Amino acid sequence: MEKSNQELYQERMQRVKDVIALKAPDRVPIVSPIQAFTYWYAGVSLKEAMYDYAAARKAARKFCLDFQPDLDFGPVMMYPAKAMDLLGLQWFRWPGHGISENTMYQFIEGEYMKEDEYDEFIFDPGHFMTTKWMPRSFGNLKGLEKFPPMRGSMWYGWLGTVPPFADVPELWDALEALKKTGAEIARWFESLDLYKQELKAEGFPIAYGGWAFAPFDLLGDTLRGVEGIFTDMIGQPDKLLAAVEKMVPIAIEAGAAAAEANDPPMAWIWLHKGSDEFMSVKQFNRFYWPSLKKLICGLIDKGVIPVVYGEGNETSRLEYYTEIPKGKTIFHFATTDIFKAKDVLKDVCCISGNLPNSLMVTGTPDDVKAYCKKLIDYCGKDGGYIMDTSALLDEAKPENVKAMFEFTREYGVYR
Amino acid sequence: MREDLVAAIASLKLVESLSLVKQMLEKGENPQVILNACSEAMSIVGAEYEKGNFYLAELMMSAKILRQISELVKPKMAEASGDSRAVLGKVVIGTVKNDIHDIGKNIFAFMLDVNGFEVHDLGIDVPVDVFVEKVRAVEPDVVALSGLLTLVFDQMKETVEGLKKANLRNGLKLMIGGCQMDENTVKYVGADGYRPDAVAGVRLAKEWVGGV
Repeated sequence: MEKSNQELYQERMQRVKDVIALKAPDRVPIVSPIQAFTYWYAGVSLKEAMYDYAAARKAARKFCLDFQPDLDFGPVMMYPAKAMDLLGLQWFRWPGHGISENTMYQFIEGEYMKEDEYDEFIFDPGHFMTTKWMPRSFGNLKGLEKFPPMRGSMWYGWLGTVPPFADVPELWDALEALKKTGAEIARWFESLDLYKQELKAEGFPIAYGGWAFAPFDLLGDTLRGVEGIFTDMIGQPDKLLAAVEKMVPIAIEAGAAAAEANDPPMAWIWLHKGSDEFMSVKQFNRFYWPSLKKLICGLIDKGVIPVVYGEGNETSRLEYYTEIPKGKTIFHFATTDIFKAKDVLKDVCCISGNLPNSLMVTGTPDDVKAYCKKLIDYCGKDGGYIMDTSALLDEAKPENVKAMFEFTREYGVYR
Repeated sequence: MREDLVAAIASLKLVESLSLVKQMLEKGENPQVILNACSEAMSIVGAEYEKGNFYLAELMMSAKILRQISELVKPKMAEASGDSRAVLGKVVIGTVKNDIHDIGKNIFAFMLDVNGFEVHDLGIDVPVDVFVEKVRAVEPDVVALSGLLTLVFDQMKETVEGLKKANLRNGLKLMIGGCQMDENTVKYVGADGYRPDAVAGVRLAKEWVGGV
């Protein structure tokens, strides 16, 4: 008898829960944060997908029903461009806004915190974000520069912190822009919720809960920029370390809040600047790992499943990852030697990824199947592996994506 | 003092390096001597990188120091004799169209420059015809195409084909770089080589121009 969608939903969920708990599931699960490919495959331009939430849902649904992942990603990667327009987002180029209508959005690094502003950030990150980072990041929030420091409102301090709301018209312009944008973002979240309900009825759980970032990356990606933070590692290491430490609870709070609302409660930690390409093991050990470990453990303590999504080569860092609690996380690997990762981490955490994106573009379905076979045979031995590409999937031949999904479903069964 | 400057740069001490340069300029030192000290320090930095003692942070710090030294020295350059350094070869470099990433490209361009190459950096999001025109104009030994995303595979391929069509591909060495690149991509794009980091890329460029 054919299984109901509800049974399939439970089956998919169980498969993923088993693999994370280091038990052998019924077969190798496929959880793949497919990015632009979804929309190109469905014939929806990226501009359309970012401006028209219904169009994005339709494309994501087509992808999910055609390829049948175990956990689906839905339209979450198509961020709400109208909200970006309303605020005048500076550190992003998106389709029709700085790049062509069907090109994937791209992040532009800059210095959104200057090298002499560490003390200010460490003293009061909330106020720094409000009055420095937000106005620098969003052209239409310039007025927030005048937002008063509420931390001083105790006793009669409020007599000083409240008047700017009457005296400073730019502050109101910024608050108006926030109000309008907030409503737009709410519409985007409604769309994501609607998608989640629709797909649940079709038998598919959703993979994303919250986004999280390594504390070092939060500072490096969006505040100091790579050149800033890397020269700080040499020029002002103690200030940098104090700021990274300050980021830890901020990162846990941000990651857990959204993850807890999803089932499974996953927080995806997108790793950027700690890989072999970017820093030495010694630097990793001093600047990157201690705070990342605190983030991972902090999320686990809140009942969240961290998906630590490596975007580079981490082969020399694998031993560090054995320090985390067993059977509670997924570690995704891009160009890391994943076979070595299996050897080192097989009793620690479930691993995923490593199917090269370049192969998805330049290879044939047979090349893809051969690589998947290698991954399933070695990394999938006795469970503990989730099929996924190396990086978020944009360009790919549809027949290669089909080969990845179909081959894994057939060959990846544990007998 | 020249030796102190070499040591200060090679040990990545920004404040000390700048103060030494200022003192040297005040004493009327020839700017060329300062620039030579910079290249000497950079060859130490490059060697430390190859030994695995230095990483990207150290390269970036040395770049920051050199940039600030060059700002101090430049105004004095006009008074002194012109740039007398020998050029190892010419390189045209850029991030291909539709890609706006430039961290890797910038550090590679910097490393090429301090290693004696004449570098023509076309920036980011560079269309095929801009590459073609620049190559026609400066007749480089090496063209270096950069890109981070898989979307650049086809764009790189088109750039190589554009150079072929303009009869500029012969005698030209073509390198690609970016984190999605591998030997498959080199073949797909029709390039001559790929290297995973800036220092290895400089070594390949030197091999190509016979300046090892």
